[in-house]
Amino acid sequence: MKAIAVFKKDWESELRTRYAINALAMFILVTISVILFSIGDEKISEFLTGGLLWVVIFFSAMSGLARAFVSEEERGTTLTLQLIAAPSTVFSGKLLFNIVLVFLINFAITILYSMLFSTFVIRNFSLFTIAFIFGSLGIAISSTIIAAIISKANTKGTLYPVLSFPILLPLILILLEITKFSINGVTVSEAWVEIAVLVCYDIIMLTASYLLFDFIWKE
Amino acid sequence: MSNYKIEFKNLTKIFGRRLVFANVNKILASPNIYGIAGSNGSGKSTISKIIAGVISPTKGKVLHSIDGQNIPSEELHKHIGFVSPYLVLYDEFTAEENLIHFARIRGIEYEKEYLDYLFNQFSLYNRKKDIVKAYSSGMKQRLKFIFALQHKPSLILLDEPTSNLDNQGKDIVYRTIEEQGKEKLVIIASNEDADLNFCKEIINIEEFKNINDAK
Repeated sequence: MKAIAVFKKDWESELRTRYAINALAMFILVTISVILFSIGDEKISEFLTGGLLWVVIFFSAMSGLARAFVSEEERGTTLTLQLIAAPSTVFSGKLLFNIVLVFLINFAITILYSMLFSTFVIRNFSLFTIAFIFGSLGIAISSTIIAAIISKANTKGTLYPVLSFPILLPLILILLEITKFSINGVTVSEAWVEIAVLVCYDIIMLTASYLLFDFIWKE
Repeated sequence: MSNYKIEFKNLTKIFGRRLVFANVNKILASPNIYGIAGSNGSGKSTISKIIAGVISPTKGKVLHSIDGQNIPSEELHKHIGFVSPYLVLYDEFTAEENLIHFARIRGIEYEKEYLDYLFNQFSLYNRKKDIVKAYSSGMKQRLKFIFALQHKPSLILLDEPTSNLDNQGKDIVYRTIEEQGKEKLVIIASNEDADLNFCKEIINIEEFKNINDAK
């Protein structure tokens, strides 16, 4: 319940300040437009569109998800949060906020993408849905803990993608594989190894994040 | 009335190669008002943050207990009310919205009657529906006192409590300190003589700067 209260506070704050939503919307629009312009009349392979989808999602996440902790640090409200809630409550609330944000942006990107790229055809929708759900969760969990780490640094903007890349790389690689499978029409049972890796990544990141957060939160 | 006790055990803080204080050993118990004195940069805010549990000491520890029961660090925020010039509330919300959010996050009820009393006490009742961004620095400082007292804490930690306040604001703060000090443990970190006048015992942080003590 307390974590939901942190989420509500962040959500209402976001609706008033538009700190992340505007930046994310512009980023999605610009990235997809640039891809469309650079492709022109060329017909690109369906596997490439699948890969590009996760590239757009990765960089969109990088541009908006850091706000969960960075905005608190920049405004100087970190101390206020430390004084009203236990570290686990703060992390759960921030994670919830990033999960909602990631699902919203990923949903918007996927819808836009399928409308604009005719070659992006998913043949096994349930496999893609599994990748979408666990992939989005993985991105949200990793981005939240990385945001907490970099919020204490001086060079927040540059450090975020640099630190995120090695942590998110295994996730992105497995998501590319499952997306390729879903474009090929591979069944869920045939892709269970990749799905298991994806779920394990989420569980490991979530456990590690909760264990680490206490040390990050307290100076 | 609860018996709140803080015990400093060999408390030492070093930033990089700079010793802030070393081997502070003290016991502070309620009801009482204690002062932490020292010049600018002597470590008053640092020790306040360590007491509040937001930064870790380099060596030693601070033990908090209430009625003889030790308080685990993750529960500390429930018992501490903290005011300082570097504490920032959410600018985009009104004063009342800030406190409603804080009550929800703390998992306590928003006691309207009690909070209206505090808003009145700190002369902010008529401005409680204004966004904090529109507040002057003195009004923000008053709001921080309401924030610190909202959950009726047993330990009230005040770092430079009268900064940015006018004379009327200072009077309100001194009245509050006296009132709270009768039942609770109040710690004031300040270099203003007027702030420290209320303290029954003053710890001078400058006395704990012996580098040999840190080894």
